[in-house]
Amino acid sequence: MADNGDDESQYRIKGGDYVVLKRGEIFKAVQIQPKKKVIFEKQWFFLDNAVGHLYSTTFEIGSGGVLQLRKLRDAESSTDAKEAGTDNRNIVDDGKSQKLTRDDIEMLKEQGLKGQEIIQQLIDNSSTFRDKTGFSQDKYIKKKKKKYENTVTILKPSCRILAMMYQGREPGKIRHLRYDTLAQMLTLANIHAGSKVLVFDTCAGLVLGAVMERMGGYGSVIQMYPRGEPVRAGVESFGFPAHFRDTLHGFPICHVNALLAGTLDTTAKDPRTSLVKVLTSCFFFQAQEKKVKQEEKRKKLAAAAALLEGRNADGLVIASQYQPCPVLMGLLKFLSPSRPFVVYSQHKEPLIECYTKLKEHGGTVGVRLTDTWLRHYQVGFKL
Amino acid sequence: MSFVEYSDFIQDGDVAIVYLGHESMMPVKVQKGAQTQTRYGVLRHSTDLIGRRYGSKVTCSKGGWVHVLHPTPELWTVTLPHRTQILYTTDIATITMMLELKPGSVVCESGTGSGSLSHAILRTIAPTGHLHTVEFHQQRAEKVAEEFKEHRVDHLVTVRNQDVCKDGFGVTGVADAVFLDIPSPWEAVRHAKAAMKKHGGRVCSFSPCIEQVQRTCEALADQGFEEISTIEVLLRVHDVRTISLPVPDFGSDPSAQTEPDAAEKTAPASAPIQDTVAMKATVPPREIPGHTGYLTFATKPRTS
Ligand SMILES: C[S@@+](CC[C@H](N)C(=O)[O-])C[C@H]1O[C@@H](n2cnc3c(N)ncnc32)[C@H](O)[C@@H]1O
Repeated sequence: MADNGDDESQYRIKGGDYVVLKRGEIFKAVQIQPKKKVIFEKQWFFLDNAVGHLYSTTFEIGSGGVLQLRKLRDAESSTDAKEAGTDNRNIVDDGKSQKLTRDDIEMLKEQGLKGQEIIQQLIDNSSTFRDKTGFSQDKYIKKKKKKYENTVTILKPSCRILAMMYQGREPGKIRHLRYDTLAQMLTLANIHAGSKVLVFDTCAGLVLGAVMERMGGYGSVIQMYPRGEPVRAGVESFGFPAHFRDTLHGFPICHVNALLAGTLDTTAKDPRTSLVKVLTSCFFFQAQEKKVKQEEKRKKLAAAAALLEGRNADGLVIASQYQPCPVLMGLLKFLSPSRPFVVYSQHKEPLIECYTKLKEHGGTVGVRLTDTWLRHYQVGFKL
Repeated sequence: MSFVEYSDFIQDGDVAIVYLGHESMMPVKVQKGAQTQTRYGVLRHSTDLIGRRYGSKVTCSKGGWVHVLHPTPELWTVTLPHRTQILYTTDIATITMMLELKPGSVVCESGTGSGSLSHAILRTIAPTGHLHTVEFHQQRAEKVAEEFKEHRVDHLVTVRNQDVCKDGFGVTGVADAVFLDIPSPWEAVRHAKAAMKKHGGRVCSFSPCIEQVQRTCEALADQGFEEISTIEVLLRVHDVRTISLPVPDFGSDPSAQTEPDAAEKTAPASAPIQDTVAMKATVPPREIPGHTGYLTFATKPRTS
C-alpha cells in the first residue's frame, strides 16, 4: 500500500510542464520551455536545469541565469541566532545599526557571495541583532532572505496555489475573487467527480480550472461563455493531464435561447461559410483550413448542445463581472431538480437582485447571500 | 443515491433530506412501508417518496408540503445526529482547498467524531481516493461506519477504532493529507508525518483554543513541517429584506409651477406625494459570527 518511491515519475519536473515558481509568499505560473528566459521577482533565469528534478525542489539562481540545486537544509541552520534579547527596549531605530553600507553589500555580491552568506554578514554587522527577541530575529532573517537570497522553488500547480497567486498578482483579472471565497464556492456547489457542471467564468479561467481539478477528469464541464472565444488561460496553468481536455466543453451563451427554443441547428452549415469560401477562393489552402476548423467547431458545439439538451446538469457556478441575474436565470433552466448552484460577484448589490429574483420566481430553496472573513494569526513559539 | 453520486429518483434504502422550511430540515431513511412524522403530517415512504424525483414537492397528510432533496455532504452537516462537536461547511470548504484534496487523494483523519468532515472529504476524493479515519470512542466509530454504509461510501473509507496519539493512523507513507480534530493534536503530529507520502503533503489541525494552536505549531516545526500558518474563517450571512424609507416633504416647488404644462397635470394642490419608497437592502448580521476554531496548516516537505 505504501508508495515506496517506485512511481516517482508523477513528481518529476518534465519539459513542457506548467509549474509555479515560488519565493516566500510570491508565486508565478510558467511553462517549462527549452532556453526560455523567465523573469521572476526582478531576476531572470532559465528553467532547463529543473527538468528531471522533483517538484518542490528549491534552486539557487547562478550566474547566467542557470539554476543550481541549493545545498540541503543549510538555509535555516546556518543563520541560527545564538543569543536573543528578551524585548526591544534597547533598540534605537536610527538607521545606524547596520554597519555595512549598500556599496559594501554590492561588493560582497560581486565577490560571488551567496544570498545566505550575505545575510550572515548583515547579521554580524548589525549592532542590534543580538538585542532583538528571538521572534524579531526570525523576522529580520526572513526579511533579508527575501531581499538577498536568490532562490526559487518549483511547485506543481494546484487550485490553492493558483488562487493565492492570482489574488496576490492579478486580483483584477479574477474579479477580486479571494481564495477563501473560491473554496466556499467549490464546496457549496458540491463539485465532485462524475457530475455534469456548468461554469460561467470570466475570472481568467481560474474557477473553471478549480472545478476541473475537483472533478479529476471524471464527468463533464461545460463552459458557458459570453461572445468571442472562451477565456481559459487559467486552466492551462493547472497543467492537467491531456485526457482532462475531453471532459471540457464550451457553449456560447448567444446560442442559449435558440437551444432552449429547439431551433439551434448544429448540423446546418453556417450560411456565412460559403460566402467566406467564395471570397477567399484565391487563397485555396487558407480557405480549406478554415473549413476544417469550422467543421471542428461545429462538431464541438453540437457535442456541448447535446450535453445541455437534457437540462440535467448537476451543478452551476457563475463568477464574472457580467450582471449575474440574467446569467443565473438563463442557465438555471439547465439544472436538474435538487442540485446546488453558486453565484459570485465582487459586489453585493447584483446578488441582492439575484436573491430577489429567485424568491419571486420560486422553485429554489435554501438561497443565502454570504461572504467570508479570513484572518491570519501570528503564532509565536520557541523551538 | 449515494453521497458521491447523484441519482434522479428516490429509491428504497436511500437517505433523503426533507426540507420543511427555512433552516429546517431532517434526514429520512427511505424504507418501503415506513412512515415519517413531520410537523405537516405523515410522509408515507411507499407512496410519497419512492419513485419520485429528488427535488419534488410532496404533500403530507395534514395538507402541508415539503421538498425532498438529494443528500449532499453539506445538507448532511446541517442535519446529522450530533454525537460530538462537529465541523461546519465554512471550515470544511477551507480545509478541502487548503489540503489540496481532489479525486484520488489519500487522506488520514482523526477524530472521526460525528463524521461531518469525513463525508465532505469522501465526496471530494471519490472515486479513486481513500480516507483512513481514526476514532478512539468505540460506539462513535461503529456508528459512523454504519452511516458510511448507508450513504454508500463505505468502499472509500477505513474506520479504525484506536488512539491516534498512541497508535497513529494504521498506515504509513500513503497519505497526501492529514487532518486532526482532537484535544491534543501535538501528540499526533509525528504520526501524521509517518502516515504521509515520502514526497510530502499537507496537514491541518483544528483547535478552538490558541494555546492548543501554539503547541501544535511547535510540534509541527519540530517535526520539520514548513509553511506553518494559522487562520480563522468566519461566515457572514446577509439577510435580504425589503425596506421602506420615508420621503421628506420639501413643500410645493414654485419653480416647477412656472411651466404651464406641469401646472395643468398637477392634481389639486393638497394631493399627497408618495411618502415612502421601498427598496431591497441587506441587513448585516446582528452579531459578529461566532468563533469556532483556528485552522493551522502546514506542508510536509519531501523526506528521504
Ligand atoms: C470534535 S470531534 C471531531 C468532529 C469531526 N471533525 C466532525 O466534523 O464530525 C473529536 C473526536 O475525536 C475523538 N478523539 C479525541 N482524542 C482522540 C485520540 N487520541 N484518538 C482518536 N480519537 C480521538 C473524540 O472521541 C471525538 O469523537
